[in-house]
Amino acid sequence: MALLELHEVSAGYGNIQVLHGVTLQVDEGEIITLIGANGAGKSTTLMAISGIVPLRRGSILFKGRPIHTLPPEQIVRLGLCQVPEGRHIFPGLTVRENLDLGGFLRRDRQGIRKDLDFVFSLFPVLHERRHQLGGNLSGGEQQMLAISRALMAKPDLLLLDEPSMGLAPMLTRQIFAIIRRINREHNTTILLVEQKASLSLKAANRGYVLENGRIVIADQADALLANVDVQRVYLGI
Amino acid sequence: MDYFIELFFSGLTRGSIYALIALGYTMVYGIIGLINFAHGEIYMIGAFTALAAATILSFFSLPLPALLFLSLAAAVIWASAYGYTIEKLAYRPLRHAPRLSPLISAIGMSIFLQNYVLLAQTPDFLPFPALIPEFAFLAPYAGVIGSSDLVILLTTAVIMALLSLFIKFTRTGKAMRATAQDRTMAMLVGISVNRVISATFVVGSALAAVGGLLIASHIGQINCFIGFIAGIKAFTAAVLGGIGSIPGAVLGGFILGLTESFATGYVSSDYEDVFAFSLLVLILIFRPAGLLGKAAPEKV
Repeated sequence: MALLELHEVSAGYGNIQVLHGVTLQVDEGEIITLIGANGAGKSTTLMAISGIVPLRRGSILFKGRPIHTLPPEQIVRLGLCQVPEGRHIFPGLTVRENLDLGGFLRRDRQGIRKDLDFVFSLFPVLHERRHQLGGNLSGGEQQMLAISRALMAKPDLLLLDEPSMGLAPMLTRQIFAIIRRINREHNTTILLVEQKASLSLKAANRGYVLENGRIVIADQADALLANVDVQRVYLGI
Repeated sequence: MDYFIELFFSGLTRGSIYALIALGYTMVYGIIGLINFAHGEIYMIGAFTALAAATILSFFSLPLPALLFLSLAAAVIWASAYGYTIEKLAYRPLRHAPRLSPLISAIGMSIFLQNYVLLAQTPDFLPFPALIPEFAFLAPYAGVIGSSDLVILLTTAVIMALLSLFIKFTRTGKAMRATAQDRTMAMLVGISVNRVISATFVVGSALAAVGGLLIASHIGQINCFIGFIAGIKAFTAAVLGGIGSIPGAVLGGFILGLTESFATGYVSSDYEDVFAFSLLVLILIFRPAGLLGKAAPEKV
C-alpha cells in the first residue's frame, strides 16, 4: 500500500525552480533510496515533503491524504519525520533536551520513556553524553543524535538526508545497519537520500534516480545496481 | 558612604526596570532577529492600563496590596494582548520580506501607539498613585533605600527566577530555545513556530508591563512618551549585554542603571545619558557582540 505519493511535484526557491514534476511512490515497510548528483534536487524533494519548501505544482499524499497544504508541524503529527542534511542538532541544548524535542508532539510518557531507552540501546554513547550540549558532540555522534531525535517522534515514515555525510566508513556502515534495523524491527518506512549510491542501493528495496529535478530512472534496487548507466554515473564503475 | 549605598540602590532599581524591558527586546531578537521598536510603547501602555485599573478599583476601597495586584494583573493582560496583536498585524505578514521591512513596520507601530495614546488620553503628565505600600521597618533607612526600591528589586528577582525556570523546563520554553537556535529544525520536530513567536511577544510584553507599573508607581507620574526613552535605554541595555542573550539583558540593565545612578550622583543629572551611551559605545568598540553575546558572522 502506498504510504507516500508525489505527483508531478514542482518546487524551488525564489526565481530558481529546482523540481520539475517529480513523481514517486513509497510503499509501507519499504526502504526507498533517492540518488542523484549534487544539486539534482534530492534535499529539496525532502523539504517539500516535510512542508518546508512550498509546492508550485503537483501534490503530495501521505497515508492517502494530501499534506502539501499543511504546515510542517501537522505533517510531523501525522507520523512523517525528517533527519535533514547536516544533522541540525540544537547546539545549545543538551543531548537529552534534543531527544525530548524529538518527541515534542507526544503526550504518552511511558511510550516516550520506552523509546528513549531504545535509542540509548542503539547508541550507548548518547546515554553517556546525555548531559552534554549537542554542539559539543563529534560529527558521528551528532548523526546518531539526529536519527535518534527523529525516532523519538515514533514516525511511520522517516526521511533521511545524507546520513553518511562526513562520517568514517566504519561509522557509515554502522549507521546503515541501524537504519535497516529500524526498518525491520519497528516497521518504519524509510526514504533515504544518498550520494553514496552503492551503499544506499544495497540497503534499499527500490530506488529512484533524480537528475536536474526530474526522475529519470525508477527500478528495483538490485536492477539499478546492475544498470550500466547508473553504474557509470553514480557508482563509478 | 550612605550616599554611595543610596546611589547603588537607586541604580539597581533603575537597572531592574531596564532589565525587565530589555528581556522583551532580547527574546524577540533571539527568535526572529527583529528589533521590536514598539516594545517601549508596550511598557507605556502597561503603565496606562495600571493607572486606569487603579483608578477604577480605588472606588471599592480595597487594601493596597490587593489594589497593586489587580492593577498589575490588568496591566499584564492588556499589554500582552497588545504585544500579541502587534506581532500578528505588523510583523507576521512581513515574515518573509527583507529584514528592513519589519524594522520599519516596528518604528511605524511605535509612532502610531504613542500618538494613539496621546489622542485617546492626554499629552500631559498624569499623576500615578503610589500602589507600593510604605514599609514601617524601612523607615530608619529612608535615606538609603525606599519601600518601592525594595519592592522593585524583589519583584524583578522573582520574575527573573520564574522566567529562567519557564525557559529551562516548560514545553513552551524548550520550544522557544529550539526555535531561536534552529528555526527549520524546530519546524521539523513539530514545533509551531508561529505559536512560539506569539508566546515570545506575550511573555516580553508581560515583563514590560510589570516594569511599567513599578516605575510609574515609584516616580508618581506618566505620559504617553515615557515608552520612547525607556525603550531606547532598555534596547541599549540589551545590546550592552549582547542582544539575543537573556542573562545579557539582565546584566546590561543593571550595568546601565548603576552607571546612570552614579553619574547622576557624582557628576550631574544632566550627564546621565552621556555616561550611559558612552558606555555603550565603549563596549561596542571592544566587544561588538556585547558582554555575553556570541560573535555570530552575518549569514549571507
